[in-house]
Amino acid sequence: MIEVKDLTKSFGDRTAVDHVSFVVNRGEILGFLGPNGAGKTTTMRILTGFLPATSGTAQVAGFDVFNDSLEVRKRIGYLPENPPLYLDMTVAAYLDFVARIKNVPAEKRQARVEDAMEKTNITDKRHELIKRLSRGYKQRVGLAQALVHDPEVIILDEPTVGLDPKQIIEVRHLIKGLAGSHTIILSTHILPEVSMTCDRVVIINRGHIAAIDTPANLTQQLKGGQNVLLEVGADQNAASAAVREIPGVRKVTAESAGGNGRVALMVETSPGQDVRSQIAARIVGKGWPLYELRGVNLSLEEIFLELTTDDSEHAAATSN
Amino acid sequence: MKGMYAVYRKEMSHYFVSPVAYIIVAVFLILTAYFFNRLLVLIIQEAFQASFEEGQFGGGAAFDVPSLVMRNFFGVLSTLLLFLTPMLTMSVYAEDRRRGTMELLMTSPVTDLEIVLGKFFASLTLLVIMLLPTAIGFAYMLRHAEPAAPWRILGSEYLGVLLLGGALLALGSFFSSVTESQLIAAVLSFGAILLLWVLDFGSQAGSTALSSALEYVSVFRHYDDFTRGVIDTSNVIFYLSFIFLGVFLTVRSVDSMRWRRA
Repeated sequence: MIEVKDLTKSFGDRTAVDHVSFVVNRGEILGFLGPNGAGKTTTMRILTGFLPATSGTAQVAGFDVFNDSLEVRKRIGYLPENPPLYLDMTVAAYLDFVARIKNVPAEKRQARVEDAMEKTNITDKRHELIKRLSRGYKQRVGLAQALVHDPEVIILDEPTVGLDPKQIIEVRHLIKGLAGSHTIILSTHILPEVSMTCDRVVIINRGHIAAIDTPANLTQQLKGGQNVLLEVGADQNAASAAVREIPGVRKVTAESAGGNGRVALMVETSPGQDVRSQIAARIVGKGWPLYELRGVNLSLEEIFLELTTDDSEHAAATSN
Repeated sequence: MKGMYAVYRKEMSHYFVSPVAYIIVAVFLILTAYFFNRLLVLIIQEAFQASFEEGQFGGGAAFDVPSLVMRNFFGVLSTLLLFLTPMLTMSVYAEDRRRGTMELLMTSPVTDLEIVLGKFFASLTLLVIMLLPTAIGFAYMLRHAEPAAPWRILGSEYLGVLLLGGALLALGSFFSSVTESQLIAAVLSFGAILLLWVLDFGSQAGSTALSSALEYVSVFRHYDDFTRGVIDTSNVIFYLSFIFLGVFLTVRSVDSMRWRRA
């Protein structure tokens, strides 16, 4: 549905997006994840025809975003970072206007506006002036605006910004409900959002793609293996030394000395190795009491940090 | 052209949901009503005096009161337009750029030309709405004029105002499209209009090629004929090409937003 090839965008001597390529299949939800300034918004703006690319191509539904811009724009609903609202209009009048410029036929317009308001739960605010709405409602009107012409592709730049936790959950449900019949790209810097809503994730940093995969795969495979958290009734150095001898163990760090003779250790293992039984055997063999032994999955947060920060920064961050 | 109509409708409703349009129209009507009243009274007084002197000393020119009132009134009107059109156009694009709604327009299936024309025709409509009530006074005056008054002149004068106003609106829209600030847009278009006005002053002195060229470019110069009831095709074409140029530049300017860092 969306095909991006070697997309590059430079502003003067700063390259915001650098040879980015990815494909989004019909009905899929793709998440753009990256720190602020990573190039998420720029990529989205190129896809919507708001900005031209410096080089490379992007196609939406088989149309080139630059050469067939109008065809692409007919098929796209777009919520920019700041919802593009006319503050002096009422919600219903605003959505009617958007439906008009999006070429919704006159006989369907009313129904489409009603539908968009219902989906985003703003029907009771239809006669309010947009400037009188709270931040959360404004965001939802922005979302309704992106849906009003029932586009094939929906591009959402940080759709849950400014919403309260309950509204965030509603919007995530809404987005999930739209998948299948719509192809969706959303950007965020909030990690749980990606793992909850997206089928696949593009991690983007400084204009480069750092990784593309499903949230589950990213969590499980990318970093390889799991970590093991261990709580032992033994001397910290002795316990560390004993565990470190086990093949497949990469690194052992003391998490905390719990007092009363116990120590908690975080054991990092090599990819694809499950060393939990060996660790247990070793500890019991030494005659130490074993209080806890459990596998810890790397959170998306850690993978994200790993991928988007330099090694030196990362080392500094983890040693603290 | 459906997109153009959608933009036009939105702009019209935008003018009338905010107090801006009402205030501009009200101020305009108060000023024009005052000028109309003063001109009418003064010219009638003068006419009486002239006919009185004529009775005493004989001779003297016949006084065509309606024509004089109209000519003077529409002369003043062009100066009013000089001040008012920058206020009508200053927010047209600047506000859209500042609020981010330009991003909505530019990612919708409407062409840049449709956006620009929709906005231009909306501001032109507002100008017509402003001008219509002024016709009431003239209608009254012409009905009671003795001998029968020249309606044709009034038509040519309104055509002139519309063309002049359209040219100034096109210019103001362009300046609004180059900035995010309404104030800067207003100052730029006011300055440009003033400059086009003063161009005319210098040209009266000499008659070199340059001065006649400057004289031709002066927007207000071409307006004089209309106030005398003369519709000269070259003047009509001048204003139409001025409007065309303004619209063209605005389309280019809107297009260039895509190429700049947004």
